[in-house]
Amino acid sequence: MALLNITSPHTKGPQRTSILMRWVILMTVPGLIAQTWFFGWGNLHNVLWCSLVAVLSEAIILKIRQRPIGFYLNDYSALVTGVLLGLALPPFAPWWIGFIATAFAIIFAKHLYGGMGYNPFNPAMVGYALVLVSFPVAMTTNWATPTGLLEQAPSLGETLSKIWGSAVLPDAYTGATPLDAYKHEIAHSTSEEVMQNPVFGSFYALGWEWVNLAFLAGGLVLLALKVIPWQTPAGVLLGLALPALILGWDADQSAPFMLHMLAGATMLSAFFIATDPVTSSTTPRGRLIFGLGVGLLAYIIRRYGSYPDAFAFAVLLMNFAAPFIDIYTQPRSYGHQKALRGAKAKEKH
Amino acid sequence: MSMSETMTPCSINLFDFHGGIHPAEHKQESNQQPIRQLPLPPKLILPLKQHIGAASKVLVQPGQQVFKGEKIADADGLFSVALHAPTSGVIESIGDHPIPHPSGQTDRCIILIPDGKDTWCERVVCENPMALDSDEIREKVQEAGLAGMGGAGFPTSIKLSPPPAAQIDTLILNAAECEPYITADDRLLQERADQVVAGLRLVQKVISAKQCLIGIEDNKPEAIAALRKALSDNQDLTGFSIHLCVIPTKYPSGGEKQLIKILTGKEVPSSGLPADIGIVCQNVGTILAVYRAVRFGEPLISRITTLTGEQIGQKGNVEVLLGTPIDWLMTQCGYQPAKPERLIHGGPMMGFTLLHADAPVIKTTNCILAPSSKELPLPPPAQACIRCGLCADVCPAELLPQQLYWFSRAEEYEKAEHHNLFDCIECGACSYVCPSSIPLVQYYRHAKGEIKQIKENQRKSDQARERFEARQRRLEAEAAEKAAKRKERAEAAAKAQAAKLAEAKATPAEAKSEIAPEIAKKAVVSEALQRVQAKQAAEAEEPVDIEALKSAWEKAQAKLDKMYDTLEDAKVNMPDQVDKLTRAVEKNQMRVNQAKLAWQNAEKAAQKAAAAQPEPVESDTVNKTELPDIDALTEALQKAEAKLVKMQETLADAAPDQQEKLTRAVDKNKVRVEAARTALEDAKKQVAAAQSKPAALAEGEKTAPPDIDALSDALQKAEAKLVKMQEALADAAPDQQEKLTRAVDKNKVRVEAARSALEAAKKQVQQADKQDNSQGGRN
Repeated sequence: MALLNITSPHTKGPQRTSILMRWVILMTVPGLIAQTWFFGWGNLHNVLWCSLVAVLSEAIILKIRQRPIGFYLNDYSALVTGVLLGLALPPFAPWWIGFIATAFAIIFAKHLYGGMGYNPFNPAMVGYALVLVSFPVAMTTNWATPTGLLEQAPSLGETLSKIWGSAVLPDAYTGATPLDAYKHEIAHSTSEEVMQNPVFGSFYALGWEWVNLAFLAGGLVLLALKVIPWQTPAGVLLGLALPALILGWDADQSAPFMLHMLAGATMLSAFFIATDPVTSSTTPRGRLIFGLGVGLLAYIIRRYGSYPDAFAFAVLLMNFAAPFIDIYTQPRSYGHQKALRGAKAKEKH
Repeated sequence: MSMSETMTPCSINLFDFHGGIHPAEHKQESNQQPIRQLPLPPKLILPLKQHIGAASKVLVQPGQQVFKGEKIADADGLFSVALHAPTSGVIESIGDHPIPHPSGQTDRCIILIPDGKDTWCERVVCENPMALDSDEIREKVQEAGLAGMGGAGFPTSIKLSPPPAAQIDTLILNAAECEPYITADDRLLQERADQVVAGLRLVQKVISAKQCLIGIEDNKPEAIAALRKALSDNQDLTGFSIHLCVIPTKYPSGGEKQLIKILTGKEVPSSGLPADIGIVCQNVGTILAVYRAVRFGEPLISRITTLTGEQIGQKGNVEVLLGTPIDWLMTQCGYQPAKPERLIHGGPMMGFTLLHADAPVIKTTNCILAPSSKELPLPPPAQACIRCGLCADVCPAELLPQQLYWFSRAEEYEKAEHHNLFDCIECGACSYVCPSSIPLVQYYRHAKGEIKQIKENQRKSDQARERFEARQRRLEAEAAEKAAKRKERAEAAAKAQAAKLAEAKATPAEAKSEIAPEIAKKAVVSEALQRVQAKQAAEAEEPVDIEALKSAWEKAQAKLDKMYDTLEDAKVNMPDQVDKLTRAVEKNQMRVNQAKLAWQNAEKAAQKAAAAQPEPVESDTVNKTELPDIDALTEALQKAEAKLVKMQETLADAAPDQQEKLTRAVDKNKVRVEAARTALEDAKKQVAAAQSKPAALAEGEKTAPPDIDALSDALQKAEAKLVKMQEALADAAPDQQEKLTRAVDKNKVRVEAARSALEAAKKQVQQADKQDNSQGGRN
């Protein structure tokens, strides 16, 4: 009789890549709701638009590469890239910004490196960095003013016509982000004067603080589900918090600690972007180092660089370092006195 | 589980190992039914290698009657175990048969046909095993053919004889049984905990361990209770303590290294043994077998095996004889083959699928799992590794499985080894959690196999190189020795030569002057002779191998003779074959003729060659070799004379300041010409002497006439030049005249000498002619 011959183990845990990816997407929903609540329809539109572009780009490039399309689309990784870009781009960014960023992320940053699992750089952040560097005006002038500061929030139709057409909306609809505002105004004002700006609201950053808290909540769920490791977000937050507390103690010189924590893309980056497993470090200690590097670089660029927010660059720079970090952070294996270092044995043991 | 409330807490501090998983246990299906006994199977297949180490040596022959428990194969060395007949019967055969192995390979097996009587051989029963000393217990264990029954099959007698350097202080009973589905140890403890505890005390005594720890997962409350009762019944009489340690259920806590870590906090060094840290670990089934071997003299002939999985009707544990064919076993438990059919030897995490259902139960068969495809679905197709690191989180060896996967996949074996690939225990936890369903363990197995192969090849090539280098050194040494001997001999010869010369010096001067050149000449002559002979031999042998041709002809002739005989026979006995044979004989006759012809032709050619080069007689050879000598001398003389003439011409044309130099050169050359002439004269005299010998042949004269011609030529030339010189003298400057005059005078002398030489040569030729004529007349 013909017996089936397969290798052990013969049983399989419930975890699947597609399940992990779906959890990531699902846990961005609180943040997306907060964004829509405070900044209008722009982000929701961007998430849908970028997701569509991501899935189509993935299907086309898979077709060109003669790979099974359904098999790879089912891992939801392209969708994650699209969703993350939609969440990160300015709400009123024209449609082609989202299109270029997403298509470039999927086709160039992901598939030209070999596709799923082989890309050294976070695809979403490659796409984001591309449009940030190439179209600085579109990327800095399209941030939405919190709807609470407007007499009337822009309607869905107004938002779409702004994104898809050349409709000129009232200037009040867009404005500087809190990080941007603080960075520019602190040069000639005191902290208290700067905080008079309505974008800071009554706490730290109107709207942004809730968006960040929503992403934090989603991220904590992912941590609890062990979808993401704790080391990376802890590293990112620590890497940002330490210099913000030590170097940024004087709020009259630079942005205060709580603004760093709850404004900009801090929580989105810490829990959803830096934790991309493919491009981050893989060893437990390596992840902590990777996260610390991302946080530190983000602080440095935020404070000393010319960009108000900089997680895209921080993540990409640490992507470079990830393989190196892995080699030098191997765990100590069972039965060994100490952990090994380096890629190859110096001498046989 | 609320068991901890009913149990007194373990007095031993428990530790945790890194990682681990919690797969569905599926133990309830099989641990509720008592162990079943089975009828005798129709056939037992007993592999000679059911353990780690060397295969057992066969002690029986096909057709031999054996009794239950009789030793049928013995341990081959220390790292091996014996094998016993599980029941009485007849040895049917000894040969290759499929065994339980991941590759589905076959191996040497003893096939036993039970006679149904199940008659025991003689057993040595021991009423009080604890009274035995350690060596006696060890011997009984070794005789019983015990090997670890947990899975690896390590020979138990080795574990009971730790090296003296290893200070064993802890004995661990591995009752964790962490693999899902398997309940063999669980059920065994539930039913025979007292025997296990007794066995434990025996082993503890043998290895003189200070403490004994029983590690059992908290998912076996019945077994824990049974153990507790057995421990309190079998009170500690020896001063040794046994601690029952209930550990949290987590796969793979039953891995030897992991259990040691849990119970002691110590780690077995990489590529070391538990004995290195003073620990010996034993499986429940093995300990029971030790007890039965020592107490009842029963060798290892059966074991408890779990039969489970949805395709098995009567799930549970059976006591099964070693060698029982698994397909027969399946008929005893209501097995329904699934589609596709899958039989797993062992559990779902580390077991392997059987390729042949007729493979037998062996000492390490703890479970046969027959799952439905719904129960243990086939793995989905592997996706790309996303480096999520879940594998590293669960790895009990604290490796980086996904790095090992990349290295194994890329065949970067050096890096894989550096990342401690060989510390992988293949527990399968990484594959279990992999969200991309990558068969990680299979990659590691493959890489390990490849690395072992590479190392084996490396070892072989190193050996070959060492052998070659040793041979080179030996040859060099031999050559050096030979050279030294040769040098020695040459020195001895030189000394002997020197002694001879000294002797010769002592003899009168005249004798020496005559003997020495003659010796030298003879040497030259014999050398030349050898060369000629060698050349002749080469010419004679080169074209055809006469001997070979002759033997070919002879063989062909012999064959033909035989065929003639056959033909004669055929004419009498088989008339229908005659035609055929006649044709064959004709053909062969042709072949024989051809062979004969070839041989004869070759021989004729050889004879011709021999005739063309007649056997040289000694005197003849002397002539022959001396004649070219004269030629050479003549040529030398001619050259010298021609040169002299040229020089003299130059002298005549020379500028006054050059004349002196030239004159001296001319003088020198004259001396040389003179010497050449004398040499030629001497040679001619010798030739003449040789020719005058009675046996001499007429070969010599043929060369004489050109000699005379040359001499006369030279004389004429010399005369002409003398005339020229005299003319030059007449024209010369006054201060040169004197010198030139002297030169001319000297040349006159030379010309005279040449003339007289010519005269002498002519005379010799005439003499030779006379002799020739007289000889020719005689012929």
